[in-house]
Amino acid sequence: MPKVKVKRTKPTLDMTPMVDLAFLLVTFFMLTTQFSPEEAVVVDTPSSVSEIRLPESNVIVITVDKNDRVFFGVDSKQVKEAVLNKMAGKYGVGFNPIETETFSLLTNFGVPMNQLKSYLAMSDDARKKYDKTAPGIPVDSTNNELADWVHQTRLSNPKVVIAIKGDQDVSYETVQKVISTLQDKKVNRFNLITDMENRPTNL
Amino acid sequence: MAEVQEKADSGKGGKKRAKKMSVHLDMTPMVDLAFLLLTFFMLTTTFSKPQTMEINMPVKEESPEDQMPLKASNALTIIVGENDKLFYYFGLGDPADNPEVLESDYSANGIRKVLLSPRVKSNDKMTVLVKAMETSRYKNMVDILDELKITETKKFALVDITDNDKTLVQQTLGQ
Repeated sequence: MPKVKVKRTKPTLDMTPMVDLAFLLVTFFMLTTQFSPEEAVVVDTPSSVSEIRLPESNVIVITVDKNDRVFFGVDSKQVKEAVLNKMAGKYGVGFNPIETETFSLLTNFGVPMNQLKSYLAMSDDARKKYDKTAPGIPVDSTNNELADWVHQTRLSNPKVVIAIKGDQDVSYETVQKVISTLQDKKVNRFNLITDMENRPTNL
Repeated sequence: MAEVQEKADSGKGGKKRAKKMSVHLDMTPMVDLAFLLLTFFMLTTTFSKPQTMEINMPVKEESPEDQMPLKASNALTIIVGENDKLFYYFGLGDPADNPEVLESDYSANGIRKVLLSPRVKSNDKMTVLVKAMETSRYKNMVDILDELKITETKKFALVDITDNDKTLVQQTLGQ
């Protein structure tokens, strides 16, 4: 039996389809991606079986963190600028165009009106550090700035939906204050942001 | 290795066969980069929008006389207490009625059983009043709203807690 000569060839692998696919996916993710916005506080929301999704736009998010601080955030840049101008007029605080621009880029904030100007003057890093100790927006019955923010935002954008994002460990008292503030402003329909949880099958 | 075949044209035309030359192109760095980007975008993308729970609060009435009083027989009061405690009683909690306050919990055999019991389910007019204490956790309130959703209890209301309820809870805890 003759010896079989093994042909020595370099194995060739056509990578083209794989590369095609990889670039297709890259393109897809590049176009669909929305970077999750950087928020001033991190809250751990409770879970629920609700399957309603929050709308993409026109949302006010009132964040209540576990130290009972209230943060306010609107998504639209134009609305934020308009609201800031109105609030500036009401509280007699002037904002220059740079401060307005800084404000319109914030996801949410938690300082009273009289500290807002110095808050906006901070550098990004300093602001991030300050957010850990920020006092939050006053929601007391004597000094309720949250009510004004909500009111002015609703005037600027009547379609806006209000969502409360509360930490699971926050005491109900603070949430109740926020809810009664909303009720005073005739907002009787709002959302509570929650995490996903499986619906129990057997009742 | 990836190959790109390319025909080199001699340019002289005529019958002369074009010389076949294969150009080897190393695609590996490009593929590396493509996958790096792919991984980056896959990890940073946020697909799911946050979930929400919709609640409707009753409109605050200007004149309390316009409101229909709730009959005590059609009421179930749930009190969300501190330290994850949960109490419930039937009726409106009038001290004269001396309601029997029972303790429950958030498990599947706790308040869910009560909400699915015939006394609640068979009565169409049964309204569940949720009263959360100021010291209770927000999570517990959401859990109760969730239980109401799971048991498909349509009629419920978030009510401010009264001193009466607090006394009732104190008495139950003291026993």
